[in-house]
This record gives sequence, structure tokens and C-alpha cells, in this order.
Amino acid sequence: MNFAVINTEIFILALGLFAVVMDLILPRNESHKSIGAVLIFSLTAWLLYMFTMYTGPFDPTLGFMSPDRYFTKTLYIVDNYALFFKQLFIVAVIFTMLFASDYVQSVLRYKGEFYAILMLALLGMCVLASANDFLTLFIGLELMTISFYILVGARMSSKDSSEAAVKYLIVGSVSTAVMLYGISLVYGSVGSIQFFEVCRNPHLFYPTGIVGITLIMVGFFFKLSIIPFHMWAPDVYQGAPTPVTALLAMGSKAAGIAAFMRALYVAFPMLGMYWLPILSFLAAICMVFGNIMAIKQRDVKRMLAYSSIAQAGYMMVGIIAADVAGMKAVMFYAMLYVFANVGAFAVLSVVEAKKGSTSHDAMSGLSQSAPVLAAVMTISLLSMAGIPPTAGFAGKLYLFTAVVDQGYLWLAFVGFVMSMISVYYYLLVAKAMYLGKGDGDKWVISGAMRAAVVLSVVATILFGVWPEKLAELTNLAASTFLQ
Amino acid sequence: MSVGLTHYLLLAAVLFAIGLYGVLSRRNIIAILMGVELMLNAVNINFIAFNRFLPVSDLTGQLMSVFAITVGVAEVAIGIALAFRIYNDRETVNVDELNNMKG
Repeated sequence: MNFAVINTEIFILALGLFAVVMDLILPRNESHKSIGAVLIFSLTAWLLYMFTMYTGPFDPTLGFMSPDRYFTKTLYIVDNYALFFKQLFIVAVIFTMLFASDYVQSVLRYKGEFYAILMLALLGMCVLASANDFLTLFIGLELMTISFYILVGARMSSKDSSEAAVKYLIVGSVSTAVMLYGISLVYGSVGSIQFFEVCRNPHLFYPTGIVGITLIMVGFFFKLSIIPFHMWAPDVYQGAPTPVTALLAMGSKAAGIAAFMRALYVAFPMLGMYWLPILSFLAAICMVFGNIMAIKQRDVKRMLAYSSIAQAGYMMVGIIAADVAGMKAVMFYAMLYVFANVGAFAVLSVVEAKKGSTSHDAMSGLSQSAPVLAAVMTISLLSMAGIPPTAGFAGKLYLFTAVVDQGYLWLAFVGFVMSMISVYYYLLVAKAMYLGKGDGDKWVISGAMRAAVVLSVVATILFGVWPEKLAELTNLAASTFLQ
Repeated sequence: MSVGLTHYLLLAAVLFAIGLYGVLSRRNIIAILMGVELMLNAVNINFIAFNRFLPVSDLTGQLMSVFAITVGVAEVAIGIALAFRIYNDRETVNVDELNNMKG
């Protein structure tokens, strides 16, 4: 047991317990923003500290199984890939707490619990990024999803919130059972649940093993809301409190992608040739139908849910490339998708708090009420659509060049055409904000909210015009993973 | 006739199918949660049977089933809490009535 390896997880757990205790100590009518502030500052400090944990390019003298990266045998691995994804989750949670502090204070009834469960969800995501064994993967996944069931239902005043939570719970627990059944079949044919053992064992190709792998994949598709396993996503995204929706779209999805890539490349590499055609087909369906169904949505949150299905399709494109360039592209895209989502959902949470809805009508005239928010929303949506000079363009460029290099020209073509179509419904929102008639009064925006939206837009533009440093980091993480 | 691995696997498969059928066909949230519970228990039977009958040296299968039981309990606890909330909001626990959001 090498406890120094899991210091990030220990730290996050301590923060979660701190939030619970502080919630008990603080008087009921006192503002709970202080808990959020403490968590934001400590997580930011830890985020910067994590840059020192990266190990350099592969050193042959150390050997592949260098023990200082593993916690208890090969159960739990902390490599550059896991570190990058953990940083991504921490960035996502920091931004969420930053723009959620007003929302939590004014809308939610249980404020301290919100922060505590948010930390536990973050812990689950971090475990998921490091899972090198189906047991760890299962525990991380469940820690994250069960925390999200609670967070989705956290808005006690709203009927939609509890409806979304129940729908998420039923679909989520069925997909968990399906995935566990798959794991049990794989265990039955291989006799182990460790990724390294599973990939080595030729018995994986027994019929039970094949069925098991299929069920595990289906479980992942549910969690990633890949079409045709997506039906829960729009309702859950619409009904959940807006900050939770944001975290579902960026954190939960990225965590699923992280675990999916590791399971696919480490545990089932031999099946690649059977799986890649199916995955490419699913990615194409996601990109086409996600974008087409988003067009007719009149609720911006619901529209972003369908758009996130399409984004999952784009990220699958990078997974299909199955090489260093593809992995790098997926990580890069996941990171900039965080910034684009923060911008969009932060603005939505303000609109929802002021107008009580997130439809196109509620958005109209936002450019007069809050010009900064309207600008942030537009830039974030353009980044999701992949328009230069935003970061979305650089991300899509990496994704599509990676997959074209592997010979999937048609997939890149589908992605390109669908990105163009997505501009239409993103600009519908911009049209409502800039050309629609508002009631004309000026909104007061809090400092934390302003910091969140400005930082996210700066990051979006910065990584669009100067992606070099982030690309280097993702390159390091990807190239040290596949060795 | 001695009871072997195949019988346990068949039992688990049948249980899993019954659970899935329950989830898809029942309209009451509590009944749906019971179906989920059946599916998870089918998985546990699978794990323990594999662990007992296959030539493996460790107890991974049993360990996995212990974790699966724990997680299943957590899931059902939250499910029942949510069913209470749904009942408070709408005075029904029928999932067909949960149709506020469409599109």
C-alpha cells in the first residue's frame, strides 16, 4: 500500500468531510458561501501542486511496472493520463462552485450537503480516472453516479428536479446492473478482473467473455449517453439544478470517457478490430442525431443536452483513432469543452434565477440586461460549434486530423458537416439574446459569477489562439499512456 | 444429478431477465427498484458461483459481490428517498405520470 500515490483522493475526501462538519457548525441562517470559498481555494492550490506530480517521458531504466505509480499491486494506477483527467475534474468542480455559490445560497435548501456531495462526486471521478481493475472502476463509477442522483434531485422546490433524479436513478442503476453482469461474465471466462490480466488471457474470446465485453460496453454507452442509450440525458439535464447539469455535461462525461478509454485500450486491446467499426458507426449516429434533435429544442438547457450527445460523438471520433494523436485530441477536447460549458451554464444559471426558465423567450434581450453574459454565452456556444479563433476549432482540428490519419475520412466528413449544422441552433440563441426584446432593466452580477465567466472565456480564446502548452501536456499524458 | 456451475449461471441469467422484465413492465417506482435489486442479485450469484467452481486462487469474486451488495443498498436507499419526494410532490409513484419534460 503506497498511500503517497493517492494523496489527491485523500485530500478531496478530507475536503468533503470538512464541508459536512462546517455545515453542522455554521448557524442555519448564516451564508454558506464561506464553505464554497474554502473549497475553491484549497482545490486551486492542489490543482497547481498537481503539476509537480507529472513524470517525464518514459524512462526505460524505471521499467513499465514502476511501483511508485501503483496503489496495492495494479489495482489503482496514477499515471500522467490519470493526473491530467484529475486536473480536468478539479477545474470543472472549481468553476462549478464558483458560479454556483449564488445559486446554492438562493435556490437550494440543503447548502452544506451540496458542497459535501459535490466533493464525493469529484472523488468518484478521480477514482474512475485511475481505475486499473474492474472493481475499482465499478466503485468509482458508483461513487460518482450515486452522488449525482442526489445532486440532480437537490432542488427541493421543483417537481422537475425530483422527476429528473428518479429517471436518472432508474436508468443509471439498470445500466450499472448490466455492466456488473458483463464484469461477472468476463471474470468467469478470464478468472481475474485486473486489466493487465484480462488483456493477456486468451480465454477472453470464449462466448461468455464476448458477451461480457458487450455488456460492459453497453453500460459505458449508457453512462456516456451515446445514442441509442441516450434517452435519459435530455430530461435529466433539463430537470437538474443548472450547476449540476454543467457538471454532468463536463465532469461526468469526461470521467466516463477516461475510464472507457482505459478499459478499451488496456483490458480489451485485442478486440479493437471488432469494436472500432461499431464505435465509428455509433459516433456517426451521435453526431448526426444529437445535432439534428438539438435544432428543434426551445429550452436552451435541453438543447445543450442534445448538443452534449453530439459532443460525446466527437470525442468518440478521437477514441476510434486509437493512437497517441487520437487520445491527445480527446483529452484536449474534453478540457476545452469544460471551459465552453462553464461559460454557457453560468449564464443559464443567472437567467434561470432571474426569469425562472431557460427557454429562448427567457434569453431574449439578454444583451441589454447583461451585455457581458450575452457575449460570454455567444463565445462559449461558438467554441462548442468549433468556430475559430475559439478553442473548439483547435480541438476539432486535432480530433479530425487524428481520425483521418487512421483512414476514417467519412467520419471526419460527417463530423465536419454536423459541426456546420450545429452553428445554426447555437446562433438561434445568440439571435434571441441580441435581437429579441427584453424588459430592459440592468442585472447586477456577483463577483464570483463574473470571475467564472470571464476566466472561462479567457481560457476558451487563449487555448484557441495558443493551444501549444495544453497540447504539450496532453501529448505527454497520451504518449506515456500507450507505452 | 449434482448441481454445477451451469445451473448457477442459468439461475443467475433467469433472475437477471426477470429483473429486467420487472424494470421494463412495472409502473410503480418501488416495484422497479425491486427489479433492479433482482438484477444485482443475479450478478452476485454469478460472481460467487464463478469463484467457487473455477480454479482461481483468490477470493476476487466474493469480494466483488460484497461491494455489489453495498452499492445496491446505497442505490435503493436513494431510490426510496426519491420515491418519497415524488409522492410528496404528486401524490403518486406511477412513472407514467412523470411526464413534465418532453421533447
